[in-house]
Amino acid sequence: MNKSVYDSPDQVSETKRHILTVLVDNEPGVLARVIGMFSGRGYNIDSLNVAEVSNDENISRITIVTHGTSEVVSQIEKQLLRIVPVHSVTNLDQEGSSVEAEVALVYIYISDTNKKKVYQLCDLYRARKIENENNTTIFEIAGASERVNRFIKEINEITKVEIVRSGPVAISSIQKKEEE
Amino acid sequence: MNNEITGAEIVLKSLAEQGVEVVFGYPGGAVLPIYDTLFKQNSIKHVLVRQEGGAIHAAEGYARSTGKTGVVLVTSGPGATNVVTGLTDAMMDSVPIVCITGQVPQHLIGSDAFQECDTTGITRPCTKHNYLVKDVNKLSSVFHEAFTIAQNGRPGPVLIDIPKDVQFASGNYEEKNKIIIPSHRLFEPSPDFEKNKIEEAVELISKAKKPIFYIGGGCINSGPKASKLVREFINIVGSPVTMTLMGLGVVGSSDKNSLGMLGMHGMYEANMAMHECDVMINIGARFDDRVTGRLDAFSPNSKKIHIDIDESNINKTINVDVPVIGDVKQVVEKMISIWKEKKYKIDTESLKLWWDKINKWKEVDCLNYNNEGKQIKPQYAVQRLYELTKNTKTFITTEVGQHQMWAAQFYKFEEPNRWLTSGGLGTMGYGFPAAIGAQVGHPDALVVDIAGDASILMNIQEMSTAVQYRLPVKIFILNNEYMGMVRQWQELLHGGRYSESYTDSLPDFVKLAESYKAVGLRAKTTDELDDVITQMIETKNTVIADIWVTKEENCFPMIQSGSAHNEMMLSKDQKQDKKSAEKGKILV
Repeated sequence: MNKSVYDSPDQVSETKRHILTVLVDNEPGVLARVIGMFSGRGYNIDSLNVAEVSNDENISRITIVTHGTSEVVSQIEKQLLRIVPVHSVTNLDQEGSSVEAEVALVYIYISDTNKKKVYQLCDLYRARKIENENNTTIFEIAGASERVNRFIKEINEITKVEIVRSGPVAISSIQKKEEE
Repeated sequence: MNNEITGAEIVLKSLAEQGVEVVFGYPGGAVLPIYDTLFKQNSIKHVLVRQEGGAIHAAEGYARSTGKTGVVLVTSGPGATNVVTGLTDAMMDSVPIVCITGQVPQHLIGSDAFQECDTTGITRPCTKHNYLVKDVNKLSSVFHEAFTIAQNGRPGPVLIDIPKDVQFASGNYEEKNKIIIPSHRLFEPSPDFEKNKIEEAVELISKAKKPIFYIGGGCINSGPKASKLVREFINIVGSPVTMTLMGLGVVGSSDKNSLGMLGMHGMYEANMAMHECDVMINIGARFDDRVTGRLDAFSPNSKKIHIDIDESNINKTINVDVPVIGDVKQVVEKMISIWKEKKYKIDTESLKLWWDKINKWKEVDCLNYNNEGKQIKPQYAVQRLYELTKNTKTFITTEVGQHQMWAAQFYKFEEPNRWLTSGGLGTMGYGFPAAIGAQVGHPDALVVDIAGDASILMNIQEMSTAVQYRLPVKIFILNNEYMGMVRQWQELLHGGRYSESYTDSLPDFVKLAESYKAVGLRAKTTDELDDVITQMIETKNTVIADIWVTKEENCFPMIQSGSAHNEMMLSKDQKQDKKSAEKGKILV
């Protein structure tokens, strides 16, 4: 409702986080088309993830986390569907209807004083040790974004870290799949 | 193996199979193989323009006047970047175009080669779809898909970028009927798909007391049959109808139900009726900001029906009550049959009261202007042009600005596809090349570009094209030595400071025409006007008619930016209140 240069009525719904999964033909430029639509029309991308998903290698799934009012997100969905190589757009925003996960790799500086705390925390969050050398260890943590956020917040309070995150991917939950 | 032909030959063969008769283009290094193949055949005609920007507007004019797909052929780099404006224009106004660009050979892509640019990257947001073809064996299927995508659903421009080595390479040609395009890549409207919505819409119309039809360019894109059906349905209902700039001609100007154009420079009665209606039936229009004015005051008390082939237009700026996704002719045909089947009848009593109200608004006579004196008023020039051409098959194109609005207000269109103007993008320089394209498509018709003195200079080089192909296009310049619309906004919103809107050192348009071996005519007073127009029509050559009009005429009525439909300005004396004027100033 508010994509015109003209005064628009007050926003009618609140801004919320939405996860969209977009199935696309795996052809050159398709990611640029999707991203370009977002930047060209002034929409936000909070995170984005692309991977081939089908066996025949012809189809990729793009998972986009965005935020906006329900009107804006509905426009985003329609604009995505206009893109020729886009097969389908699914909004996984309904609570409980989807599961999401992301991976973070965390580079942790360990000293004798914080070692115990770090390992305790990693155990608590089931973060897996991947590599270890001298004073630094690389941990991997997977799960919902919120869980990863909490882990990062807590580990930050203990020691210096470096982080890389994949951004979430999501899929309809089993219950919803069965309904379909 | 023996069936292999070169990529360039595949290009020409694909065009021929698609029924293409004419290509507008300009040669260059990266398309030489295609031009070489073009040279060796006779089925496809090539029109050489003088700048690539002219080629794409000509293709747009050809497409919109004939209903066919316009085809453009240009080289890499600057050839491709020069068509970007036209591609965007075609995208905004939904014109089917296939644009072929040459590209540097594949092994040079990415090396900043001579005349290299990232054509598909640059044109991605201004095309419906685009391709970089790397495999010669895929070339024919890309072409056939491109033509289908350009025409399918909401039409638009499609670009095919072909590296030079692919043009030289040999490969197989696949025929059109052997190509299967996956359904997700197209829009296939099914008439039954929206059956419930259509029924709901028809019932809503039948209960209306103050209905209005709001008709857009989608009705023209849906083909001549759509206009017929829309007229039929409006007649059955007996409702008033207003058209957008792009929709002019769908319902004839002389039709008793027509209120003319709506929007920023639309008719007072049309805008008032939009504001006060109780049921609005939008067919093939998109609630453009030139039409709606201030959104929070747009037709506040109406139920809105919106028929559009592009779902993204639904609820984009205006929330509607009954959306129907589909092709106009299919949907309206269904509406008529439901109306008849259910024996709906509109409340004639209320409809009469509604028409009485509208007729009161008509008495305001919003197009009235002071036509005293010997100096030619621009409105009068368009009126005379209409009177002297109305019995001839005439296509009118325009540039962008005041003259465009006067043309829309004072030239009366009775048929669809006769009015070609740049609506969405507002491209100055559109009208003349578009007229060339329309003339190519209709060699025996009268084609007039109603132009301004500033706009015409944006593509004046195409004089050479018009003369070369003996295209008797008429350029009718309303010459006020200003960028008229810029000057008008400066007068109304910027304290009359005419910053850079006066065009000094204009050429002598008569001599300019003569220098191209065309005919130049000039009218300085009302006494000369009719003679000049008649002479212009009768001349079997390209003509520039330089019509000197009063310099500081404003285009009224006007809804100033940030105002609503019921806050129209009818003359200069009627100033907008200061607060909304300040608010409106930041808008375009």
